Amino acid sequence: MGARQVAGALRVNAILEVRGVRKSFGGVAANRDIDLTIPRGGIYGLIGPNGSGKTTLFNSIVGHHPIDAGSIRFAGREISSLRVPQIARLGLLRTFQQTRTYVRMTCLQNLLISIPPAELGWKSWFRESPAADRLKAAEILDFVGLSPARDARAGELSFGQQKLLELAMALMSEPAMLLLDEPTAGVNPTLINELLERLRRINAERGITLFVIEHNMPVIMGLAEYIYCLAHGELLAQGRPEEIQTDPRVLDAYLGAR
Amino acid sequence: MSRIACGAAWGGASLAAAVAPLLLPTWQTQLAFLWVMIVFALTWDVLGGQAGYNSFGNVVFFGVGMYACAVVQRDSGLGYFQGLFAGTACGAALAVVAAAILGAGLLGLRGHYFAIGTLGVGIAAGELAAGWDFIGAGGGMVPPPFPGGLGGRERFFCYLCLSIAALTVALLRWLYAGRFGLALNAIRDDEDKAEAMGLYTTRYKITAWCVAAFLLGLTGGVFGNLAGFIDPREVAFAGSTFGVWMVLMAILGGKGTLLGPIIGAVIFHVTKELFWTYLLGWQRVALGLLVVLIVVFFPTGILGWARARWPERFA
Amino acid sequence: MENLRLLLDEPLLSLQLLLDGVLIGFVFALPALGMALVWGVMGLINVVQGELVMLGGYVAFFLFRAGVHPLFGVPAAALCLFVLGWALYRAVVFRIVERDLFISILATFGLSILLQQLANLLFGANLRTVESGFGTLSLCGGAISVYTVKLISCALALATAGALMLFLKSSRRGQAIRASAQNARAARVIGVDIDRVYAWTFALNAAVCGAAGALVAMIWVVHPYLGLPYTIRSFMIVIAAGLGNMAGVLIAALGVGVAENFAGFVLGAEYQSAFVFALLVAFLVARSRWLARHRRYLA
Repeated sequence: MGARQVAGALRVNAILEVRGVRKSFGGVAANRDIDLTIPRGGIYGLIGPNGSGKTTLFNSIVGHHPIDAGSIRFAGREISSLRVPQIARLGLLRTFQQTRTYVRMTCLQNLLISIPPAELGWKSWFRESPAADRLKAAEILDFVGLSPARDARAGELSFGQQKLLELAMALMSEPAMLLLDEPTAGVNPTLINELLERLRRINAERGITLFVIEHNMPVIMGLAEYIYCLAHGELLAQGRPEEIQTDPRVLDAYLGAR
Repeated sequence: MSRIACGAAWGGASLAAAVAPLLLPTWQTQLAFLWVMIVFALTWDVLGGQAGYNSFGNVVFFGVGMYACAVVQRDSGLGYFQGLFAGTACGAALAVVAAAILGAGLLGLRGHYFAIGTLGVGIAAGELAAGWDFIGAGGGMVPPPFPGGLGGRERFFCYLCLSIAALTVALLRWLYAGRFGLALNAIRDDEDKAEAMGLYTTRYKITAWCVAAFLLGLTGGVFGNLAGFIDPREVAFAGSTFGVWMVLMAILGGKGTLLGPIIGAVIFHVTKELFWTYLLGWQRVALGLLVVLIVVFFPTGILGWARARWPERFA
Repeated sequence: MENLRLLLDEPLLSLQLLLDGVLIGFVFALPALGMALVWGVMGLINVVQGELVMLGGYVAFFLFRAGVHPLFGVPAAALCLFVLGWALYRAVVFRIVERDLFISILATFGLSILLQQLANLLFGANLRTVESGFGTLSLCGGAISVYTVKLISCALALATAGALMLFLKSSRRGQAIRASAQNARAARVIGVDIDRVYAWTFALNAAVCGAAGALVAMIWVVHPYLGLPYTIRSFMIVIAAGLGNMAGVLIAALGVGVAENFAGFVLGAEYQSAFVFALLVAFLVARSRWLARHRRYLA
């Protein structure tokens, strides 16, 4: 297939399309003319030195703030004017850089409240979580390896365990796509591989598209099939990991003048 | 605590509560006040403890219920008990409407803005009520007298208040057991995260406030009849007494639990009676001091302290 | 609503109300500045603000009764409240400083009840006032009259605000305060004694409120329950202006003063407090709707 046709196929199968997105904060342009496309079922990476606008882009995508210009389409639908809960209900979830869970609730409760709300009629809010939900929660806790901590309060978990819990909560909500903000930051090197395995599995087994911000180069190069690189708020380079790794502009941006 | 022990404790307490007015007839009005205090504490906790939104204005719903009931009793031409029934139902409904309207405006805000926003609501309501002739303006209103002997009146209201308190406990227990309770707790723990997970947080907050308003509206209607006199500033929208006590009792006992506000209400009621008897004149000063001491040194309340001390018993 | 018609018929009346509103707005600005200071530096929403104003008013009243000229009441009240503010910080406030916002609101709420009831007990609920003996100024050929005391209060309020700003900008202590507001941890690292900074901040806030209280005593009356409306006003003014925007605080305060004055005329004085509270709710709602369109939260 020619490049054009490949690109066309990509677009048809795209789950996230960002076009010409621009966002400034008080005169400082955090994102400028960002164009990216993420196909359904892919694992894509987003890298760039500190301050290049990666988290801002994530925040724009999930509706945390409105964008100044451009369009963001999720599963073919324009979401740039929607609010955070609305976008989450469409199946686009994100995890936070500083892991966020419901600290005073137990792990099980954290999962039970993460059931996709769109599925529930208003009456079900006044009933206890049914056995099916509890079963699903137990299954997911098992998947992330947190079964023994089922009744522990989220706030009492170790940092690594909280990260797993956040992932479990996202899984519970059955997203179509998950934006992961530095999932391995602060995680014990011996546990990183386990985490990556789980991410690969949820992508392969559950078909969840992953878009991952990472600073850890070996991790992202090994995980992602395609990588976008930001620098100074603009898209600097994009390509497969091998291409990015040898791209002089990328090397420059990371090691360059500071 | 094991389920059996728990069930036995609740059963025993309910029995004691039901039998007390018969055994201690001179304390019936006191008991009625105690049940009202328990409703105050529990309803504050729905939004304050479970959802993390401190309201200083819940007394508004109490007052609205009180006045609505009195107006129905005055104007409907119904007999005493029908009037009382219709009045309290009306009061509760009106209180829910008030909560929905106020909530629509204020509950879109984050917690501390909501808290300050509710600070003056009770006082404003009191002032407006004091200027509205339809409800007696500054002179207030007097509900119709209870038909029946002196002893009968006390007993009737004691059991009526107990029923409302029991309804409150049962309703909240049912609510907290379901997903709704989880949603409130999620809002308390991390509202941004809850939104990021797709929860329309404002809806749950407003619903919670409406539940509290419903129960407070009911209580207000009954209390007005119990007290025998409705004053806009001292009885109905009594911010500096009832309004403060609502907050204090829930925190004292341990907010965010079902048992905490109940314990807090009981202890507070007893303490308050002691203050009023022995510290006359200084009782409100002492109350202010108590709020400070509890918030600063005891923010998790009695239940929180017990939980920290004996973690195995209070998982 | 006859008052409303009167307003429309007599434009000079509106001018009078506007002028009065601006003058009292300057007095409102003082506790608002203090609240902004405490909120910005200590991260504390101070619900005791109004009671500090109230107590300042009583200091001025008692000094007046003892024969001191009202104008001296202002610095005296500021000084007394400075000491009280320092004492309150050392006794209670230091414990709630680096905890969450709710604790600060609840604790200072308790303190406000405490001080309010204490004042009620010790001073009685009667309305007290300070006779300043200043006359009235006539403008526009007698159509507009201004109480001289309001003009003087306005000037004094400006002077107090100016002194506060000067102190914060130029003195070492003031600079330490500003540094802590920006980054308490960094300030600690370079040797600033944060605890002292907080004590000074709270005490300064109390002093400013005290001065405002003395002015209130001169212009109107003082009574134990005048505190809460001042707290609400200050809060409203601060969030209208935005934290850190001192000039905005002044402008917002004038706005509130004018709004209240007009409302007081049209609705009647007995609804003044209700109006303040209603204004706060309306303002919060309007602001949050506006922010929601930009998808930011009042933070």
